[in-house]
Order: sequence, then C-alpha cells, then structure tokens
Amino acid sequence: MKPKSVIRKATTHVNQNEGLIFEKSSAGKFAWRLPPLDVPEVDTAKLLGASERKDLGHMPEVSEIEIIRHFTRMSTWNYAIDLGMYPLGSCTMKYNPRVNEVVSRLDGLANGHPYQPENVSQGALRILKTLSDCLIDITGMDAITLQPAAGAHGEFTGLLLVRAHHQSKGHARKKILIPDSAHGTNPATAATVGYAVENLKSNSQGMVDVAALASQMNEDVAALMLTNPNTLGVFEQEIHKIADIMHAKGGLLYMDGANMNALVGKVRPGDFGVDLMHLNLHKTFSTPHGGGGPGSGPVAVKKILEPYLPTPVVVTKSDGTLGFEYNRPQSVGRVRAFYGNFGMFVRALAYTLANGPDGLRQTTEDAVLNANYIRKGLEGAYDLPYATPSMHEVVFSDKLQAKKGVKTMDIAKRLIDYGFHPYTTAFPLIVPGALMIEPTESESKEEMDLFIEAMKSIAEEVEEDPEMVLAAPHTTRVSRLDEVAAARKPVLRWKPS
Amino acid sequence: MRYLPKSPADREAILKAIGARSIDDLFSPIPAEYRLNRDLKVPRQMAESEIVDWFRERSRENGDSYAMFLGAGAYYHYRPVIIDSLISRGEFLTAYTPYQAEISQGTLQSIFEFQSMICELTGMEVANASMYDGSTAATEGVMMAIRLTGRRTIAVARSVHPEYREVLATYATHQDHPVVTVGFTESGRIDLKELEKSVNQDTACVLIQSPNFFGIIEDVNAIAEIAHKNGAMLVVSIAEAVSLGIVEPPRQADVVAMEAQSFGVPLGFGGPYCGVIATREKYVRQMPGRLVGQTTDTNGRRGFVLTLATREQHIRREKATSNICTNQALVALMANIFMTIYGKVGLRELAKQNLAKTAYAAQQFGRHASVLFSAAPRFNEFVVETSEDPFAINSRLLGHKIIGGLPLKKFYPELGNAALWCCTELTTRDAIDTATALVGESQDSTKPSREVAEVTR
Repeated sequence: MKPKSVIRKATTHVNQNEGLIFEKSSAGKFAWRLPPLDVPEVDTAKLLGASERKDLGHMPEVSEIEIIRHFTRMSTWNYAIDLGMYPLGSCTMKYNPRVNEVVSRLDGLANGHPYQPENVSQGALRILKTLSDCLIDITGMDAITLQPAAGAHGEFTGLLLVRAHHQSKGHARKKILIPDSAHGTNPATAATVGYAVENLKSNSQGMVDVAALASQMNEDVAALMLTNPNTLGVFEQEIHKIADIMHAKGGLLYMDGANMNALVGKVRPGDFGVDLMHLNLHKTFSTPHGGGGPGSGPVAVKKILEPYLPTPVVVTKSDGTLGFEYNRPQSVGRVRAFYGNFGMFVRALAYTLANGPDGLRQTTEDAVLNANYIRKGLEGAYDLPYATPSMHEVVFSDKLQAKKGVKTMDIAKRLIDYGFHPYTTAFPLIVPGALMIEPTESESKEEMDLFIEAMKSIAEEVEEDPEMVLAAPHTTRVSRLDEVAAARKPVLRWKPS
Repeated sequence: MRYLPKSPADREAILKAIGARSIDDLFSPIPAEYRLNRDLKVPRQMAESEIVDWFRERSRENGDSYAMFLGAGAYYHYRPVIIDSLISRGEFLTAYTPYQAEISQGTLQSIFEFQSMICELTGMEVANASMYDGSTAATEGVMMAIRLTGRRTIAVARSVHPEYREVLATYATHQDHPVVTVGFTESGRIDLKELEKSVNQDTACVLIQSPNFFGIIEDVNAIAEIAHKNGAMLVVSIAEAVSLGIVEPPRQADVVAMEAQSFGVPLGFGGPYCGVIATREKYVRQMPGRLVGQTTDTNGRRGFVLTLATREQHIRREKATSNICTNQALVALMANIFMTIYGKVGLRELAKQNLAKTAYAAQQFGRHASVLFSAAPRFNEFVVETSEDPFAINSRLLGHKIIGGLPLKKFYPELGNAALWCCTELTTRDAIDTATALVGESQDSTKPSREVAEVTR
C-alpha cells in the first residue's frame, strides 16, 4: 500500500477463519436437550405410516460452543452501522436503537399469536393503532395499511389500490409512468399488477420534465410513481404541477417513500398532492436491515382510496376497545397472511416515541445537513453531474477518475480499506458511474470528516497509482470475488465431497 | 435528541462550511406553501424508561403467559436463547444486503448454509435466501410454475391455509389467472377425484399444503401423479416447518414454498416470519428472490456472493421474475441457527414430541367431542367438533389463562362448530387435561368418540 494514503479510521487486525458448519459436524455431537415427555411415547410408524421420515440427510451435528463461535466468527467478517458510517444512498442506514430490540422481545408481544382473541390482543392492537395514527400525520394522508412486508410489497399494494380505484370508475387503465431515475422495484411492481411501464425522461436538472409529463399523460395512464426527493436527492420543486397534470386526466400520484428521511416533520406528501405512498420502516423509522430484511412497507392513502385497503383494518369498537374489521367488500384483498411484520411496527413506534415531534424534525434537518456537508467536502474531487440542491443524499459521478480507468465500483472497493462501507454504486441509472452517498443523521462531524478525507485521498491515489485502487480492497479477508464464475456455474448449496 | 451525534456548535460549523445561513436555507427547494409550520401530531419525546414502561403495559394487555393451543400457520415452539444472542450482534443486525461481498462474508456464508439446510430438509436441489412469509412464498411459487409452463390456470386445495389462498387470489386476479379450488374429503385430505377433474392442459400447477391447514399429511405421491400426467407442476406449501423432522418431505414436488417461522422465530403477533422457496436446479433461473453462490477470490480462497442477479428487479426491472427486493434475512438467520442447534437428530426428536403431545391431546379431546379427519396421519394439529359454540368454550378457557383452538366457521362454514387445535413440545399435559375438562363441561354425551380407538393407516 502507498505510504501516502491517509487511513485514519481503520487498522487491520487478525480475524478467525471458519469453515462451513457442515465441515464441523460429526455424529453424536449436539446442542439441544428436550424435557422428558409428560405424555405417553408414540409409535411413529403406526401414526405416520409411509409418511414417516427416517433420515435427515446431512443436517449438521455440533455443540453449542461451536455454534456460538461459528456465527460470532462469521459476524466479524461483516461491516455494519454499529462499526461506522454506511453511506448507501437510498438505503438510509441510520442507527438502529437498542431499546427497539428490547421492547419487541417483551413476552406478551413476542409470544402473541395472530389469532388469539381480540380481548387478549388489545396491547398489539393499540400498537397498530398508535403507529398508524403517527404515520398518517407524518405523511399527511387519511388512512393506512401496515400489512405489506417491505417497500416493494408496499408498491404492489399501492398499485392494487390504484387499479381498484380506476376499476370503480369503469376502466382500470393500462399504464404506469415511471421516471428513468426510479428504483428497479417500481417497474417490476407495475408488471406484477398487470400494468405496462412507460418511461419518463428526466430534465437537465435531474427532475421530472413537466412538459414531457403533460404530453405523455392521458386517460390510459393509471398513475405516476414518483420518488420524492428523487434518487438524485433532489426535491421535485414542481410537484404541485406534476400532481395537477395527473389529476386533470384522472390519474393518481403515487409516491415511493424510500427517501422520506428527507421530509419527516418538515413537509407532508399529503399536502403536496400525493394520493398514496409507501414508507420503508427499515429506512426512515430505524428498524434494522438485518443483512437484507425484514422490512416493512406500510401504504398511506387519501380518503378516496380507503375503501380498497387490504383486509383487515384496525377499528375502534363502540365499547372503546380495538378490533379487526374484515367486512370490507371493496378491499383489494390480502397481500400477506396475518397483519404484516408486527415486530417492525413495535420498533418503528419505539423510534417515534423516542423522538417525538421535535426529535423527528431535528433528525430530518441533520440528515439534510450531513448530505450537504459531504457534498461540499467532495466537490472538486469528484464530478457533480447535477448542481441542483441536495436534500438527504448527493450523487457524484466517476467521470474524473474514469479517465484513469477507475470506476465507481473500484473507488467503492478502495473505500473499504479506509474503514467505510461503500456508497451505492452505479445507481441511479441516469448518472453514468454514479456514487450515491447518503450519510443519514446518524453521522457525527468527526466521522464525516474522516469520510471526506478518505474520499479525497482515494481521488489522489487514482491520479498517482490507479492500479492500486483497481486491485482494492487490500485489507479484507477475501479479495474481489469472481462473480462471473459464480453465475456461470452456480454452486448454491453445500454437498458432501 | 439522544440518537443525534451533533452538538449545537457542530451544526453551526457545518452550516458555515456549507455556506448556509440557517437550516431553513437547505429546505428552500421545497415550495414554502407546502412546508409544515407546526409540530407533528405524535406523542412527545419520551425517555427510554418511559418507552419500556409503555410497551410493558401493552405486553400485559396482550395475553402474556397464557397456555397456547393455537397453530394455523403460526406455531409456538421453544426458542433456544443463543438465537437472540447471536442475531443481536450488531454485525448481523445492522448490516445491509450483502452487495459488497468482501465485507459481507458473514451474512453471505450464513445464507449459503441456510440454503443448504433447506435443501437437505425439503429434498429440493436449490433454495433461495428467503421470501416475506409462507403466504407470499406459496404465491410466488405458483407464479414460477406459471412462467415455467406457460399455462394460465391454478388449482389450489381448499385445505391450504385460507389466508394463503386469499393472498394467492390477490396476486392471481390482476394477472388474469383463474384459480380453481379443490375440496377435501372426510379424511381431511384433498379430494383426488375432484382434483383429477380440475386439472387439465391449461393447469400451470396444483398448490397443496402438507401438513395441510387441518394438520393432515396429504398423499403427495398421488397428487403429484395427477399433476404431472397433465403436464402441470406441483407446488407444496409447508406452514409447519418442524414437521420436516419426522414427516417425509414432498420430494415429488417441483416447488416447495415454506414458512420457516417454527424454526426459532417468535410468534410476534404474525410477523416478521420467513418464507422460503426451494426447487429443482433446472428451474433456478425462474426463481424469485436473492441467491447466494460459492466462488473464489483473486487468491483462490473460497468466498460467497449474491448471484444470478439477472433474474432480479434491480437489473431486469419490469422483466424481473418478481419485484421482491428486501427479504427476511435476519429472520432466516434465526431459522438457520435453530436448524443448526437441533440438527440431524434433534429435529427428529423435537418433531416426535410434537407428535406425541398431539396424539395424547387428540385422544383426550376424543373423550368429550368428535375429533375430525382421524383416518389420515396428522402432525401437530387436529380439528375438534363440539356441540357448543367454540367461541363460548374459548371464553371459558381464557378464564383459566388458556387460549383455545381456532374456530373454523369463518373459513369453513360447513364445519360448523369445529375448531383447529395445536400442540407443540411446549404444550404441557396439565394444560391439555385442563383444556379437555373445560371443553367437556358442557358437552353432552351424544357425540361419539372416534378418537379413542384411533387407528391411522
């Protein structure tokens, strides 16, 4: 490594090797013990006949200490928010408060059965109701469903509502308009609901081209799916015009709430013309990403869409207790069994209570402040393709570094050596070689200063020693992995050799 | 706000560096007329102790420490403590999707092990990293079959979880796929004759659940034969994963769609749970969801990456196999640790205890009421028909801190006063005896007991 590199955040240290669990297994080791049976033993052959399973194949046999070490060693190979800045744009990697974890594990909540009688479910129902009320005010909408399990599932639910609305007017319509800067889930979802996708080009400022929208909007278009702030981190300033154009021709404005962390407590989508939107509780509301999930994607709607919400909905009964209402003839139906990812509702509500109105507002302000600090710090060192003001994230491009053959992914890999998780690479698609950076409110000035310093140092390395950057990371347990080979001849499970 | 790592001086310094006069400058792109000039209507900022108290109160209102006889897609099994110790490690809890493989090997290797164990247990060749839950996994499994066969119609057993069928209907309606429902016989199993008539050249797949919603193990061989001879695929949903410890997996299936909640995932009032899809190798390119594969790094060391991403929405957009992005990774990790703890021998012993408790309970219930569907083998659920309304029985049980079986009238009006009961290794003989005595209190002796001399198969 070049001695000139400034790596102040990280130092390498030893971590443990660990094979696959199957490689540690041997007959007779175990990590379980069941209590003695208090009912008569059964003859499994007699009870199950030909349905009885005799053998569990190559399932592992290991002891408890081996399991603890196995997973603990593997955990040390992961980067995490708990270790430092994780500036993945659009993913909102903020602090995951630990009190959320504690309250979600309280016995009555963790062991609550979804079908237990309503009179012994008042605690869970109160949580659903309180969170719903908070989210309705935060979004400025009129009603909500918490059922969708993730953002894309929320999009699916939202477009079902759109379809139901148009069907009630006699024509389901055919198309969904989606800006070219959108997340991949948007077009994939539209297809799932049986809608054709029509692309909407962005203008030179990275925003919706309002004139193009006006010309593309017609009675075949069911809705526009818009992320606001968009994936460049830019607030769609002409949002009111956009909403008017949609509404004038009977279309609906759907907002992808992936970037709601820029808005909470400062502005409400319901006030600027949005008809329905989803939230990502695992982004804005601090529930842990957990290595890829679980998420939660509530969908908030205006009054006109309320009759179509999935069943059941929570209602207050005449005696003041809460209950589930199933009799909803206009509902689009269920999108998931039971009521959604309840454990995530507990966490999101704990986060909301910890913040209060003042904390939520300050959080949004800090998120925007941080993104602008990063932007200021890296301007000049990296190309800024759109000069439009940034909200909670900022998108640079690798244009300057590409001259030396170094691409966004290479810079990202080098950033790992500096002790940071990379930003989002190569997205949004409208920026070739994008570096999409979202620090969130959870970063201190010190951590951001280290990040800016690291990024600038890498920019210098690219000028002086591009080969070194191209070969990064240099400090991880594995170097760059052969993804092509992985896809060409997939090995997707362990097999005994 | 205690989660925010900035002093007022830091904020001032940053504003100065940016060249902004105030924080409001940064929000100036938002048209003034839309800006919110009041506090949000959310409760005031609370201390940590107040938050814990508030949720403790909710926990107390929520049937805390009741004995549980509910199953029906959500099962109360013991969760070994090391599951939570391990998943609480920040490196697992607070990591994102493992797109940057070099610093995500912990998540990636654990998913690879999860996929491998799901294959071992289901008898399939490949499994994905997880789906939202059992209901959406079953639906996505059906959609896979539709893409693979190029056919339109879906045949679904009425003995599949009613809410899973509702989810399937929601997805199928808008893609214009007719759903044909096939009834069950007196054995509680799918009606094979009706199935025979319902499956034809337009049928993409048959969806069954085994053990089914009534806890009955379906005759998967016979069903597979009917599906396959018509060129249709067989999708088998498994809602009670612990059954795999002692029930033969549906090896004849083309797709297995699982709910892995029973593997160490808390009931949690219905979620988050963990769906999984497993299938044959030849169908892998039509699978939805993330997949982890083994590969090597530039030095030849073994490592793991997300692979075959060209199926997924971030690459294929509207042509993707599914719109799924975020899955249930941390919950899959719980299931993974659970499977590792019980392993080859423990899973069988655990399943056997479930079987024994259920056999005992069914016998005890049989003294006071009819236990339906006793001619076919069952795992850990059984249907009890009483002369008294099961809601009235359940109210009586609640007084004894017992949550009784699920009344079935809502889902199966033809079953009248029947209710679905479930026993797991956590159900005590005391609870079974108390519950059966309370059920018996009002039962007249006109109900013959079919369970006392139970002979299955």
